[in-house]
Formats: sequence, C-alpha cells, structure tokens
Amino acid sequence: MLPFELRKIANTIRKRDLLAVYEAGAGHIGGEMSVIDLLTTLYFHTMSVFPDEPNHPNRDRFILSKGHTALALYIILSEKGFIPKEEISTFLQPFSKLNGHPNRVKVAGVETNTGPLGHGLPIAVGMALAAKLNGDSWRTFVITGDGEMQEGSNWEAIMAAAQFKLDNLTLIIDHNRLQQGDRVADTNNLAPFAPKLEAFGWDVEEIDGHDMQQICTALSPEKISPNKPKCIVAHTNKGQGISFMSDNVSWHHRVPNKEQYLKGMAELERAVL
Amino acid sequence: MKTRFETCKLHDCRDAFVMTLEELAETDNKVVAVCNDSVGSTKLGDFKSKFPERLINVGIAEQNMVGVGAGLANGGKIPFVCGAAPFLTGRALEQIKADVAYSEANVKLVGVSAGLAYGELGATHHSIEDFAWIRALPNIPVIAPADRIETIAVIKWAKDYDGPCFLRLSRVGVPDLLPAKHIFKLGKANRLREGENVTIISNGVLTHRTMIAADILASRGISCRVVNMACVRPLDAKEILAAASETGAILTCEEHTTFGGLGSAIAEVVVDNHPVPMKRLGVPGVFAPTGSANFLLDEFGMSPESIANSAQILMRRKE
Ligand SMILES: Cc1ncc(C[n+]2csc(CCOP(=O)(O)OP(=O)(O)O)c2C)c(N)n1
Ligand SMILES: [Mg+2]
Repeated sequence: MLPFELRKIANTIRKRDLLAVYEAGAGHIGGEMSVIDLLTTLYFHTMSVFPDEPNHPNRDRFILSKGHTALALYIILSEKGFIPKEEISTFLQPFSKLNGHPNRVKVAGVETNTGPLGHGLPIAVGMALAAKLNGDSWRTFVITGDGEMQEGSNWEAIMAAAQFKLDNLTLIIDHNRLQQGDRVADTNNLAPFAPKLEAFGWDVEEIDGHDMQQICTALSPEKISPNKPKCIVAHTNKGQGISFMSDNVSWHHRVPNKEQYLKGMAELERAVL
Repeated sequence: MKTRFETCKLHDCRDAFVMTLEELAETDNKVVAVCNDSVGSTKLGDFKSKFPERLINVGIAEQNMVGVGAGLANGGKIPFVCGAAPFLTGRALEQIKADVAYSEANVKLVGVSAGLAYGELGATHHSIEDFAWIRALPNIPVIAPADRIETIAVIKWAKDYDGPCFLRLSRVGVPDLLPAKHIFKLGKANRLREGENVTIISNGVLTHRTMIAADILASRGISCRVVNMACVRPLDAKEILAAASETGAILTCEEHTTFGGLGSAIAEVVVDNHPVPMKRLGVPGVFAPTGSANFLLDEFGMSPESIANSAQILMRRKE
C-alpha cells in the first residue's frame, strides 16, 4: 500500500476516533491522534496478520504498550476485519468488549492486556525470544509512549533485548513530548532517546512519525541490523490533525464539546492527504 | 420515596484530601507530596502552585516513587506518596513491603481513585485487591475513609502518626456521613446507626449505600445496625464481637474482591471468637466487565436495595 493510501486510512481512523470519544464521553484522544499514523502503517503496510485466523502462528506480533489509546487500536482492528465495525459504537458501554484498555480475552487481534504502563516491552522481548527459539520468521513490534519510558521495567527489557540479540524486535517510541500532566521535559526528561538506546546496544533510527513514507521505510525488513534490536524514535504530535489539540497537554484525556467536535471533524474532513 | 442519604450533596473525597494536605503543609514544612505524573488525577495542582519545591513528581515510575518516599522519610520529611491506587499498590508492592512496612519508614501512602472508581477503563485500573495485599503486611495500617469528614480526620491523623500507613481514597461522590467533629482513632470503628436484628459493616464509598440500605430495612420493620469500619487493619475486634453477640448476624460490603478484604478480615475475627451467620458482599473474585463504578457496584449486588435484601436473607439463617 502506498503512502497516500495509508494517509487516507489514517484520516478515516482519526475521524472515527474523534466521533467515538465524543459519543462515549471519554477516551485518550491526544495520544490516539499521535499514534494513528504508526498503527496504520504497521497494520496496512508492514505486518502480516490474519483477521480470519487471529491466532495464526506465523502472524507478526504487535503490542500497544500505551494501552490508554486502545480506541485507536480497536478502530484499526475493525478496519482490518478482526472485529465488526459496528462494535466501535459500544466503546466503554456497559458489558462492551471494548473497555478503555485492550483485552486479549475479549478482542480478537489483541496479543496481551495493557493499561498499566511499562508492560509491553518485556512481553515483546519474550515473544521475540520465542520466535528465535522456534526458528520462526515472524517479527514483534511494540509501541510505547515517551512518558511511559520513565517506567524502569522498560530499561530492564532494553538490556535483555540487546543481550539476546533480538533483531526480530522493533520498539517504536511515540515521542509526542507530552505525558499525562505535563511535558516530558518538565517532568522527568528522557530525551534524547537515541543515544540512550544506542548505549544499550540497540540500532536506533529517528523519523517523523507522521510521514508515512518514513514510517514504511524504517519498518522495512531491509533496515534490520543483524543481531541488534531496533528502536524507532517517532517524532509525533499529541493531538495530530486537530489544531487546537495538537501539542496541548490538556487534551491527554479531555472530551470535546459539540463545538470542538464539529471544528475538529471539519479540520479532518479538509485535511490535505 | 427517597431516603435522606439519597438526596444530599455528594463530594469527591480527593478535594478534602488535598485541602487538608495544603493546610498541614502550611504549618509544617516537613510535609511533602510525591507523585507519578498524577498531579491532575490526585488534584495536587494547587499544592504544586503553593509549594513547588515540596511537590516531587518522579514521572511514571511507581517503584521509584515509593522508594523515594522512604528516603524522604529517612531524611526527616513526612512524605504523602500519592498515585492512582492500582499502580501505587500493585506496581510498587515490594517497595511497600521492604522499604516502607518492614523498614517502618514514616511514609503515608495515598491511593486515589481506588476500588472500581476507574470503572470503564477496565480491570487493570480497578484497585480491588489492595486491602488484601497490604493487609497481609505487618506494621502498616490500611484505612478507607467513607466521606470527606473522615478523609480530613484521617489525613490529619496520618501526619502525626509516627509510622507508615495506607490510605485508600475514591473519586466516587459521597455525602457527609460521619459527625462533623469526628476525630479519627486508629482501629476504632464508628457505629453510625443503632440496630438489633442485623449489622452491616462497610467502609469507603460503600458506607453511603449501606446507610440507604438501613433506611430501606427500617421501612420493612427491620432494625439494622450500621458500622463504618475504615480500618481494615488494625480491626476493631470489640465492635465486631459486639455486633455478633448483640445482633446475631453480620453482612459486610466493600468495594474490593471478596478474597481477602474487609469481609474476610471480619470473618477471621468472627470465626475465631464468636461464630454467627455472615455474608460478604464485594466483587466475587472476577475481573469486572466494562461499566462505571456505580454501575458495577449495582451489578455485583451492592445497590442499596440489594444490600437490604441480602441482609434479610442473612437474618433467616439466625437460629
Ligand atoms: C503504571 C501506570 N502509571 C500511571 C498510569 C496513568 N497514566 C495513563 S496515561 C499516562 C501518561 C502517558 O504518557 P505517554 O506515555 O507519553 O503517552 P501518550 O503521550 O502517548 O498519551 C499516565 C501517567 C498508568 N496507566 N500506568
Ligand atoms: Mg507522550
């Protein structure tokens, strides 16, 4: 799939996300808008997945470690055919399978339950290790938030991945510079990520996380360095695509009112793709 | 007809917590707050403006947060270590055990939005195991206030108490239930309503529902005692045994799994000393489905009506 087609899909997903947050009266819209281009590229370009057989043994594995942006993943899974599109309107409703964080027991295509930050990468290390032990060729991808990287568990996994030479593992850091209550730089600054990951023995690439061409290239198998796990530092904007949300910490989990909803939707409709 | 506890104004206990913490910090500069990117969710924004240097935000790093709290206590500070209850307790449990409880560090752990408060966000965000986890540790009182009056009293007590404690706060609105001049005493329960036929013991947001249930029971001619038991540890064994011997049946209600929480703790005292029929209401050992906190409490048989019905069914088991 070509970058302009991916941009179209991502735009559709952004619109569905905005509508669902507006209707549900909750959701983590800022971090959803920042991660949607990465998710779209993974699911519609890079990964081999099998919606009719979600547990196909040769599927590529994906973990949304920043589980609070589950809604974006649910919409992707519905667009891919893992779950019915109509199900998105049940988001957060009583007894819905779609609660605020992804659940593998309830939702086809989800590999592990996330929500508490700092869990995805250790699990991804285990998955990649299993593939190596099996002699399988499937790859493992995990997306973390940049604030999430403050959790020490990530750094334990970073050491392990390098030690085990997991070149079948790709960590994408959604580097939108904001966390829940403040800017990452004003909380516990981890930037720049690249030299830290390099010092731990990882192969690191920095990209514009909203440029589909750059995302596709960075994720391609040709870009793997033998024996090294790969980290893509994706420079993104929290709230990408909606001007008044973009790079604004107050939109971590705010819900648009009617006027804001209409304004945001109009911007997404008008977006040049 | 609505009972008096259904029509009164509801308050978020986090507001009472931060207001009290600010007051204490004004008069004692040893008071500091430690949090995990949770300035908003713990409502510490004003504290941060007033005492910028005494608000220590370690970022999203709960294990570090609790360790830092223990170090601050060692240096003579009185740290209130605040975060969403599921991550504060679940993520940092070993720090709580070794660095706080075992080391008897003067750390005040404040778990906010505990219980089912994060309803729709799912079971990862429900803190319904925290009584059991922390109650199993020596040296650390486990306290869940029922309203803003008790919250204020507990925070004031915690500041002066020389040792660790775990305070469990909700964000679900509750009315004023305790007497306005209430003073908190560790391990002392409060009888909020006299009664002879059955006793309901609860804490946290459940005490509100329990009070309504007692009104419903009264309208059915049943005299129900209501005991608010904020302290899951240490327990008020005297009050429990009074309930057993004087009313002959005990119903417990809690925003917690029925495995190891308030009801289990009370049952231990009852079984060892004065067995009477008991029923424990709570989340029955499952990961809760999607839904708001109040929806889930109703779903798990803890609407005031269902609580009243459970009390009546329990009474039939009396000799
Ligand atoms: C262990 C843990 N601590 C705290 C939280 C509460 N929380 C949810 S999202 C969030 C901020 C995440 O920031 P970041 O990783 O940068 O994500 P993004 O900016 O992409 O939304 C926090 C603190 C959590 N979910 N898990
Ligand atoms: Mg971020």
